[in-house]
Amino acid sequence: MIYTVVVLVVLGVLLAGVLFVVAKRFHVEEDPRIDTVEGLLPGANCGACGYPGCRGLATALVTDYSEELYCPVGGASTMGVVAEFLGRAAVVREPEVAVVRCGGSCAVRPVLSHFDGARSCAVAASTYAGQTGCSFGCLGMGDCVSVCDFDAIYMDASTGLPVVSDEKCTSCGKCVKACPKVIIELRRKGPKGRRVFVSCVSRDKGAVTRKACQAGCIGCGKCVKVCEFDAIAMADNLAYIDPVKCRLCRKCVGECPTGAIVETNFPPKKVVAEV
Amino acid sequence: MKTFPRGGVHPPENKLSAGVPVEVLPVPGTVVVPLSQHLGAPAEAVVAKGDRVLVGQLLGKAAGFVSAPVHSPVSGTVAGVDMVANGSGIKGLSVTISVEGDEWMPQIDRTDRVGYDCQMSAEEIVKKIADAGIVGMGGATFPTSVKLTPPQGKKAEMLIINGVECEPFLTSDHRVMLEHTAEVLVGVGLLARALGVEKTFVGVENNKPDAIDVLRKVYGNILRELPPMEIVPLKVKYPQGGEKQLITAITGRTVPSGGLPIDVGCVVQNVGTAFAVYEAVMKNKPLVERVVTVTGAVERPANFLVRIGTPVSALLDAVGGLPEDCGKVIGGGPMMGRAMSNLDAPVTKGTSGILVLDRRTAVRCAESDCIKCGKCLTVCPMGLEPYLLAPLVQKQRWDEVETHRVMDCIECGCCSYTCPAKIPLLDWIRLGKAEVGKIIRSRLNR
Amino acid sequence: MEHKLTISPSPHLFSRRSTRGIMGDVLIALLPALAVSVWVFGFDVLAVTAVAVGSCVVFEWLAGRFLLGDGGTSVGNLSAVVTGVLLAFNLPSNIPLWLVILGSFVAIGIGKMTFGGLGKNPFNPALVGRVFLLVAYPVQMTTFPPVDGVSGATPLALAKSGGLDAVDYNSLLMGFKSGSLGEVAALALLLGGLYLLARRVITWQIPVAVLGSMALFSAVLWFVNPGVYMSPLFHLLTGGAMLGALFMATDYSTSPMGWRGGLIFGTGIGVITIVIRLWGAYPEGMSFAILIMNSLVPLINKVRR
Repeated sequence: MIYTVVVLVVLGVLLAGVLFVVAKRFHVEEDPRIDTVEGLLPGANCGACGYPGCRGLATALVTDYSEELYCPVGGASTMGVVAEFLGRAAVVREPEVAVVRCGGSCAVRPVLSHFDGARSCAVAASTYAGQTGCSFGCLGMGDCVSVCDFDAIYMDASTGLPVVSDEKCTSCGKCVKACPKVIIELRRKGPKGRRVFVSCVSRDKGAVTRKACQAGCIGCGKCVKVCEFDAIAMADNLAYIDPVKCRLCRKCVGECPTGAIVETNFPPKKVVAEV
Repeated sequence: MKTFPRGGVHPPENKLSAGVPVEVLPVPGTVVVPLSQHLGAPAEAVVAKGDRVLVGQLLGKAAGFVSAPVHSPVSGTVAGVDMVANGSGIKGLSVTISVEGDEWMPQIDRTDRVGYDCQMSAEEIVKKIADAGIVGMGGATFPTSVKLTPPQGKKAEMLIINGVECEPFLTSDHRVMLEHTAEVLVGVGLLARALGVEKTFVGVENNKPDAIDVLRKVYGNILRELPPMEIVPLKVKYPQGGEKQLITAITGRTVPSGGLPIDVGCVVQNVGTAFAVYEAVMKNKPLVERVVTVTGAVERPANFLVRIGTPVSALLDAVGGLPEDCGKVIGGGPMMGRAMSNLDAPVTKGTSGILVLDRRTAVRCAESDCIKCGKCLTVCPMGLEPYLLAPLVQKQRWDEVETHRVMDCIECGCCSYTCPAKIPLLDWIRLGKAEVGKIIRSRLNR
Repeated sequence: MEHKLTISPSPHLFSRRSTRGIMGDVLIALLPALAVSVWVFGFDVLAVTAVAVGSCVVFEWLAGRFLLGDGGTSVGNLSAVVTGVLLAFNLPSNIPLWLVILGSFVAIGIGKMTFGGLGKNPFNPALVGRVFLLVAYPVQMTTFPPVDGVSGATPLALAKSGGLDAVDYNSLLMGFKSGSLGEVAALALLLGGLYLLARRVITWQIPVAVLGSMALFSAVLWFVNPGVYMSPLFHLLTGGAMLGALFMATDYSTSPMGWRGGLIFGTGIGVITIVIRLWGAYPEGMSFAILIMNSLVPLINKVRR
């Protein structure tokens, strides 16, 4: 009995000694502020900042501060707190949100073939142009959904297109990278989430696009003419609305013959009484 | 009998059109000739809308070393040079020609007389092959002239001619060997001359005993005209036609991981390529037509001599049209071919066959959980571990994917073929190969 | 276009082999041994097997439906049936049926489904069930019905206690001996194993390594002292040697990939089996040996590379 106790005590002391020595010997001196900054960051470890996890960004912020370092997930508020703690000027960036630029739902874009490979947009994209006549549009297999760490995208079963939740999206940009067709764009969130954008990325000629999809941009240029702020540019049969120049007047929305220009979060238009 | 030692499968051969002689398909009304029918840089167009062209006239010149020129397969007027969708619906710059008559360039010898004597030097032969736009006709479409020019410090010791045609259903190489035996052998001789090799082997799987016999017989008859070569019968096993597998089967040498055949002193060329080389060198004829097998669930499986640029739909019409329960149309063989979504797409230099599958065979079985049977591992001819690679790719762990030698994958499809759980292993591995390739390239650029 | 074409990456051709087909082949291969067992032990055998199979399938369905969320569809691949038959083969034919159900629960519930189902379990489920019963209910698990009026001790147990006088190899081969209901018919099991080899369900490496190393190891000892140690043939024909080598050790998810791993794995099983048989507490060590080597499979898979 006494023997056992002695052995265990000696063993305990011995091992504690080993731990002590190792801890002293291999101690790494680290700026204690890194821990604090890491605590201020959202802790999502999504890698959207370009660093491996929040600690990576925290280390960079403490040791190597620059205007380039930004956590899109935490946004202005987080970066403000961090900047205050570090005694720096806060970086302010316009909040952004992922926007799906394809309106080719099942109803408007006829499906011509049936994909039967591994369920992945990346695999499908390397196999062929797509199951519809449009070689630019959404493949609908949800690579963007599976890559999202914030559960902010889901596939709408009725349209076959991904839907981004404004509230949940942190504009980390993972879906933008995951989409082999480069359909998703990070765009200014806009006041009260109001945005006007072209929901199409087809560079086909108008006739080709129209044949493949009823909701595609046919490059007619009507929106360019109607825009008073010079915010819309036309390139390769595709209109693009510059989010910085756009004043959200929505004239282009009504002008677009295919409905490819989409507005979000505007209050419903007042019905003008017919005279 | 020889074969490669590691892995491989035995899919049903289904060589439905093996006994059907090659028919000449009538020239269609319009052809579409893509400027990129080969690996490497697309050719640069040298014609414009409205130009009159003859058969064999240059349409696009090679853009760089790894590239190949493109010639007009018909005579007529250029209707346009613009983006046209290929079989997968992916658009590429192509020359569309409205056919008028069938007028050939005057220097092309169109007689059937087999020419034997060639006084050209190796360089002249390679130049001729390059100018004729010849690419690997087995489907890889790598410019042949590049393969005939070993990089500095490397020397080709032997030439291996691939007459294996290990893909099920396809018979175009088989028919070429039977019907143009002497031409093929002369072409092989020219290739051997161009490379300056002493040893030449022609590998043929023994499911084509007639081809082996006739090659041996004709070789015996015209022995004096040719450099020494050996016809090697091979035991049937897929993917024997893979370059690395064929080299190991015939010579016992193993191409190192990440290496090329030339690293073990070998150059592999297809029999179809040898025939094209013969026509280019002895007959001044650029690559404007090729033999295409049209087979599978069609009324009348056949082999056609087709002008490049002929729409696939014209080939299908020639064998009785698409069947009622057609599920899939494949450009190439069933193991490595590409499923087509656009049947108006043209036949290109690499189109060895058009295979039609009925609805039942076209659709894959439902996938289930991996049971760790290890069959993918035993059939992989490159000794990879597909069951491990596929989930690693799905988890996007690219560094591990790379250390498991994903770049060695030859995309033969044995793993997917054999998997009892019907997991689309190769779909994932191919994706991993593409991603790791990107990573490696960006690392080299840095 | 009136035809909607199917598009998929290559290959476009697939072998006809399926998980269900493989399991079906295993079941076919087990039939001769089952038939011999019925001949030797009577219809109790069928009752035990039916209960084991039935409860394994039920537990698989329940776990799949309510734990893994696959809706219980994994029952369709017949792997639970195989586990059921193999578990039954490892039980005495006179075992109380409620023990069979308990064993099935441990085999499927704990041995397989807790790890995520088919292909993910590190240990052979049937053996997990058997070893659980052996340790928890040793009396019921080692009381065997008499065969041909001879008392119900297995030849291995007799050999261990020194009660074995003469060995009748003929009856060992044919199955007229005491033991678990499926392990006795050495010849019938061999027949089934050959069927699996011919159908390429299993490869030769694991069975040959198991039986070969058992034979070699016991042969050395036998040459040294034939008075104390039994002959290699005796070891191969008794206990679970055949059943283990051909059907249990070759289980896909619990054995290493590739031929080299198979040889290492099989050799380990053979040596450990003989060690347990000769110097361990139990007369038979096959199930323990397989489970021990199961735990080394990830390591063997790594070494092989």
